[in-house]
Amino acid sequence: MEKIATREAYGKALAELGKEDPAIVVLDADLSKSTKTNLFAKEFPERFFDMGIAESNMAAAAAGLAIGGQTVFMSSFAVFATGRCFEIIRNSICYPKLNVKIAATHAGITVGEDGGSHQSVEDIAIMRALPNMRVFVPADGVEADRMTRYLAKSEGPAYLRLGRSGQPVLFNDDYQFEPGKAAVLRDGDDVAIIACGLMVAKALEAADLLKEEGVSAAVINASTLKPFDEETVAAYAEKCGAIVTAEEHSVIGGLGSAVAETVAKRCPCRVGMIGVDDLFGQSGRPDELLTAYGLTKEAIAEKAKELAKTK
Amino acid sequence: MATKNELTEKAKNIRRDIIEMLGQAKSGHPGGSLDLAEILSVLYFDVMNYDFGDPQKEDRDYLILSKGHGAPALYAALYEGGLIEEEELATLRRLGSRLQGHPDRKKLPGVEASTGSLGQGFAIAGGIAMAMKVQGKPNRVYAILGDGELDEGIVWEAAMSAAHNHLDHLCAIVDHNGLQIDGANDDVMSLGDIGAKFASFGFEVFHVDGHDIDALKDVFAKAKEVREKPAAIIAETVKGKGVSFMENDPGWHGKPMSDQDFAAAKAELEG
Repeated sequence: MEKIATREAYGKALAELGKEDPAIVVLDADLSKSTKTNLFAKEFPERFFDMGIAESNMAAAAAGLAIGGQTVFMSSFAVFATGRCFEIIRNSICYPKLNVKIAATHAGITVGEDGGSHQSVEDIAIMRALPNMRVFVPADGVEADRMTRYLAKSEGPAYLRLGRSGQPVLFNDDYQFEPGKAAVLRDGDDVAIIACGLMVAKALEAADLLKEEGVSAAVINASTLKPFDEETVAAYAEKCGAIVTAEEHSVIGGLGSAVAETVAKRCPCRVGMIGVDDLFGQSGRPDELLTAYGLTKEAIAEKAKELAKTK
Repeated sequence: MATKNELTEKAKNIRRDIIEMLGQAKSGHPGGSLDLAEILSVLYFDVMNYDFGDPQKEDRDYLILSKGHGAPALYAALYEGGLIEEEELATLRRLGSRLQGHPDRKKLPGVEASTGSLGQGFAIAGGIAMAMKVQGKPNRVYAILGDGELDEGIVWEAAMSAAHNHLDHLCAIVDHNGLQIDGANDDVMSLGDIGAKFASFGFEVFHVDGHDIDALKDVFAKAKEVREKPAAIIAETVKGKGVSFMENDPGWHGKPMSDQDFAAAKAELEG
């Protein structure tokens, strides 16, 4: 199966968007080779600013550039892009609702060998809590490309969560991203698996495992974390009566929480959460880490079976 | 161009408006608002390319009040320019008001950046200057910082970036009154030689008496001539300037006025 990292797709899309839209400027904090904004920098050096290892100033300068009329993309690793400059994103970007897109790469534990200091497991939670912020997590490179193009044209703050490691390509070239919509990739009756990011591919594999055991699982790609598609989630809570969420993020504050908040309000049902269990990451190969932290198709299938049986 | 008498009059009005607003609001920051009167008068009514009838005009110069707690001074200047109606001054810090406790660009035209969290306004000003550079526009960007604000690390990140990007349209003004909430700057966190710090970061540095209209006009003219690097003006000011019992007293950073204080301050400023 073809693999591509979502950061790679982002960097390529950005470089193409630079041709179409002269208002786009890109900021990076000395990580442009890793975040892939170097592809834009090469084409449009006059619209690319390396802000040095100073993420806080990068975020505030992004706000200023937006006030000055530019469409701003700023990139760094997710830990720094959201954590180091959280309060600047809050007060200088979200509070005045400025046109800044925070495209953060190296999110989650699949950063790998760099270890826990560099593995963001809380970025969705803190970005989701900010008024005026929208949060997007692509399931593959194709969706990352479409989201990048959408964000270039869509006014206002947004957080785009991207990964380091190559991941299976799920969608074909005519894939159309619908912002704010959770896409049902596979229908099912017994349990709904709602996933985002690289866990979508694993959710599809888990559904295959479940099928072999006679459990009919729906698979939903909740790639817009905010605004959250409560309609689709509530509909599947009602239809299936049990939900398993799967995300490469803490089980606190991310997709699992968004789903639990929704069903608690709209249509209470049991929710099992596959994610990082209130722990920091550590060094290791991405695939080893996913297994060590229980982010596997087997873990999803196991949880789904348990919930389908006991609902 | 305005005459010295006109600018002195504007500064006097700004001070009077500040006390009027804060007296009615019964909260807010008198000390660090009063000391901005001459700086704002000279910038808005003489130095800046600014049309109060069209605050979004494309060729305007930008003023960012990075020390956002000086909001009453900014609102007073905008009122003097005609952007705010007189009756609105009484709504400062009230529910639903455009005159938020700290400036909110979404609520009030004329506020270029939402500030209040210290240090960020200066970095935002750098971003605006970068946008003007990308677009090849001559608009100038003025950022007013407090001296206590210089404790924030982002100020020095932004200073490094402004010099690196040769932002000669950017002018920082440090309102150097020597005081912050917990006391004298150097008792709280030693600032050392502020001018030397900015100079070492690559700024052209100027010093001025922040209450001297002629000197301010002169220093802004000089700062405008600087090429290839940003300018920093260290303005020596008196916190609480104009109200004798507030001058040089850190206690008046954010203290509400009693009715007696309010009456006494008004009497001094009207005299």
